[in-house]
Amino acid sequence: MRPGPGGCCCRRTVRANGCVANGEVRNGYVRTSAAAAAAASQIHHVTQNGGLYKRPFNEAFEETPMLVAVLTYVGYGVLTLFGYLRDFLRHWRIEKCHHATEREEQKKKKKKKKKKETKKKKKKKREMDFVSLYQDFENFYTRNLYMRIRDNWNRPICSVPGARVDIMERQSYDYNWSFKYTGNIIKGVINMGSYNYLGFARNTGSCQEAAAKILEEYGVGVCSTRQEIGNLDKHEELEELVARFLGVEAAMAYGMGFATNSMNIPALVGKGCLILSDELNHASLVLGARLSGATIRIFKHNNMQSLEKLLKDAIVYGQPRTRRPWKKILILVEGIYSMEGSIVRLPEVIALKKKYKAYLYLDEAHSIGALGPTGRGVVDYFGLDPEDVDVMMGTFTKSFGASGGYIGGKKELIDYLRTHSHSAVYATSLSPPVVEQIITSMKCIMGQDGTSLGKECVQQLAENTRYFRRRLKEMGFIIYGNEDSPVVPLMLYMPAKIGAFGREMLKRNIGVVVVGFPATPIIESRARFCLSAAHTKEILDTALKEIDEVGDLLQLKYSRHRLVPLLDRPFDETTYEETED
Amino acid sequence: MATATEQWVLVEMVQALYEAPAYHLILEGILILWIIRLLFSKTYKLQERSDLTVKEKEELIEEWQPEPLVPPVPKDHPALNYNIVSGPPSHKIVVNGKECINFASFNFLGLLDNPRVKAAALASLKKYGVGTCGPRGFYGTFDVHLDLEDRLAKFMKTEEAIIYSYGFATIASAIPAYSKRGDIVFVDRAACFAIQKGLQASRSDIKLFKHNDMADLERLLKEQEIEDQKNPRKARVTRRFIVVEGLYMNTGTICPLPELVKLKYKYKARIFLEESLSFGVLGEHGRGVTEHYGINLSLRKYSQAPESRERNVWTLFGSRFKQMLLKENLIDDIDLISANMENALASIGGFCCGRSFVIDHQRLSGQGYCFSASLPPLLAAAAIEALNIMEENPGIFAVLKEKCRQIHKALQGISGLKVVGESLSPAFHLQLEESTGSREQDVRLLQEIVDQCMNRSIALTQARYLEKEEKCLPPPRVGSFQSALPTSLCFKRRWLGASRVETIWSPFPLSRTSTGKKRTTPPFYCL
Repeated sequence: MRPGPGGCCCRRTVRANGCVANGEVRNGYVRTSAAAAAAASQIHHVTQNGGLYKRPFNEAFEETPMLVAVLTYVGYGVLTLFGYLRDFLRHWRIEKCHHATEREEQKKKKKKKKKKETKKKKKKKREMDFVSLYQDFENFYTRNLYMRIRDNWNRPICSVPGARVDIMERQSYDYNWSFKYTGNIIKGVINMGSYNYLGFARNTGSCQEAAAKILEEYGVGVCSTRQEIGNLDKHEELEELVARFLGVEAAMAYGMGFATNSMNIPALVGKGCLILSDELNHASLVLGARLSGATIRIFKHNNMQSLEKLLKDAIVYGQPRTRRPWKKILILVEGIYSMEGSIVRLPEVIALKKKYKAYLYLDEAHSIGALGPTGRGVVDYFGLDPEDVDVMMGTFTKSFGASGGYIGGKKELIDYLRTHSHSAVYATSLSPPVVEQIITSMKCIMGQDGTSLGKECVQQLAENTRYFRRRLKEMGFIIYGNEDSPVVPLMLYMPAKIGAFGREMLKRNIGVVVVGFPATPIIESRARFCLSAAHTKEILDTALKEIDEVGDLLQLKYSRHRLVPLLDRPFDETTYEETED
Repeated sequence: MATATEQWVLVEMVQALYEAPAYHLILEGILILWIIRLLFSKTYKLQERSDLTVKEKEELIEEWQPEPLVPPVPKDHPALNYNIVSGPPSHKIVVNGKECINFASFNFLGLLDNPRVKAAALASLKKYGVGTCGPRGFYGTFDVHLDLEDRLAKFMKTEEAIIYSYGFATIASAIPAYSKRGDIVFVDRAACFAIQKGLQASRSDIKLFKHNDMADLERLLKEQEIEDQKNPRKARVTRRFIVVEGLYMNTGTICPLPELVKLKYKYKARIFLEESLSFGVLGEHGRGVTEHYGINLSLRKYSQAPESRERNVWTLFGSRFKQMLLKENLIDDIDLISANMENALASIGGFCCGRSFVIDHQRLSGQGYCFSASLPPLLAAAAIEALNIMEENPGIFAVLKEKCRQIHKALQGISGLKVVGESLSPAFHLQLEESTGSREQDVRLLQEIVDQCMNRSIALTQARYLEKEEKCLPPPRVGSFQSALPTSLCFKRRWLGASRVETIWSPFPLSRTSTGKKRTTPPFYCL
């Protein structure tokens, strides 16, 4: 069913308290109830919350079919049993051990020897051994499950990670314990795995030329920290540009996206503060929160009722035991969740944040550049004011084809970070050619380079996203996430299909990312496609054709809500909902 | 006897009840009821108090005022306004519009503006572009990364190396990959901030020992041993680590590695060594502190190895193998070495190396490795070229050392300031001989020196610390990092003239010839 005029094809139940209940809440995901969805013959999950949203917000997490869930658990059961069996065989040296071993001198001595010693009851102190570096169960999963399908990860490439990529062929003669490079190169693999959202990963063009010029002038390193003598004019230029790009007062750039989170959150909050964190937040946010020493509470993924309850309880009841009020409350959310493909319900988060006087930390690692009509991220996408977000964080790795991260916000915030951020004091600053790449690509997106190239890229990505998601759904796959998110998770569920899907796709010259536990919940293994403005329609169609084929081969088309293919719709008509606002 | 009395009392009581007047009984009854009521009413009131009404809750929410997200920063905060460097930070540096000689970068080997390094990076840029657009796991592994890991492992003579995209994240990710809650880490008090953060992330028990004080470390290890004997069950799963730096960033001193290795085997604790400052500086080939102690280490190890087990191994495999083992052993005694490529190698990023058994674990457990985009290939290519240069010119390390020694000696003469650290450290820390009493004032005084130097075209820097975050805050210092350039002499002269505390000027013995035309040897001063 296509949305009617006004973009109001939403089903919603309004509760007395004014909250919008979005279908059922199960396992932390907001899911459409199957019966209702079937009745409406559409799987889109649409909410429009009393005018908070200026555009339709379609996010779907189709429920796992029961049979699939049961079979997935059985699959893991079988794998675990075989794992134990093989561990047993390895222990008795029936199966050859391939893994690296501890140094002879540091190995834990066999128990026998110990027993002898105790039997003899030597009065001499019993010599302690080196405690083994890893606990056995830690490695069980790696040894027995991951190792079987290890070839799907860390595939080395030897070209620009653009729309097509060259992969180095490798082979394993010992069941993935080690790899040998055959020397062949698999050329022109369609790259559905890199976070090259706007297609700025290029080795030609203005960005590369500018970076090359700066490289020759400045060299690659900086050899000092920002506070000491590593603050180049280029860094200042970048920060000024980032602030303008985001529409905030000031910004600061850091050398690594991960560290931007993990080293700056501790500067903002500390003991006596409360962090409310989405359950699916990235590891860097989790680490930063942990290092800060603040109390951390987790709310269900993108679930505003859960967030509101936590906020209310926090303010009403204060700190546990001491009952003092919290010093401040910081909400940590991401713009696009990289494993779910969902977009944060930012208008609601901002409404809650204002109501409860909390602060908002928005991680736009995946959404900056990739969302919004002008590529300014999730704030732009919802048409909100960047002033309402206290801390705007993001990375340069993805849309800008460089590396590093930034934080933007009010001048006071940035001044404080300039003096107190861990990475300003202790970590080396960004490499000049990398800075130049960011500056050039950002100017391109802003249209300051005098071309409309950047704008076209942003539009192309939005079109690609809609098209690709729509086609996959029509084929009958279960696709998670928001229909505007360029991160497209395709559900595989069963552990055996993770490996099979990755390999089959590579055989067909398409590089995809497959993920399983622990990056996802145990039964929700998935493949993930990242769309790029560099993908042309031909590339996407080829990829879709092959995915369709592999989907049939591996029986991945789990969805019970088939969409009727809209054959009359031309490829580029993807803005049909935007125009209806 | 007792029972008889009791019975009598009971009988009497019953009798008294009969005989009591009615009003008495009624009064007693009322009293009992009152008590019961009191009891109930009390609990009722408590309950009432703990249950907030919706309105009260709303009021509370209305009332609550959070602290501002960040406290205001005073306009004159010393760290607020950064020096702005225009142009490349090589040996001549333009700071705030003034050209200075650079004594403040960690560019020890002068590789920052080496044309070969630049050419290699440029070639890589033309092939791969700038970014990697993904973590190592998801198409972010480039052939250059594999090359660099291979080269680093070979250079350090270890089995395997792993690279990170950020120097700070290297040791900070490596420690929590191994040491978990409940494990024990013995760490030097002067350890750098990255180590402190790594320890904090690991949530292990942290035991600090006095800086470079092996007796203190042994005391702690002994204490732990006694503790372990009390609870052998727990001890069997408690991993023990010693975390030290090769050349301490905060003090410029070298760790006593041979003693540490001895303690390692005696108390069965693993050693993690942070070599950010010593990699590419110490040792004949710049392999760091392990090479610096190299020969001694192997001899001592052999002579001290009391474990018959080791000897057995050697008799088993013959003497040739023994020799090989000895050679390779130097670095093998250290479980993990981590260093960053941002100082001597003049690139960006960091690496860990050691045995595959240890290192490989990080490929799934090192957070900064798994969850971060990989190192831009051009930086990896630059690091490879820098390694090439280091391997081709092993002489530069001797030159660097010589310069450090000379400068260290020359800096000794300044009254009012003292040089902290070893003479072969390329980072010199100059510290006030007598503190003025307040840290703030010290900082200001030192800043004055730095400013004066800057006026005379010498770029120095104060070593910056986050005062509230540091576990053991080092006293304020001016950092000067020497790079072996032909200008060292004039630096010295000008610098001395500049410092307010300086009274006696002694001729500086650094000869121009020693530095020659080669600009490959950069030492680095930290005042």
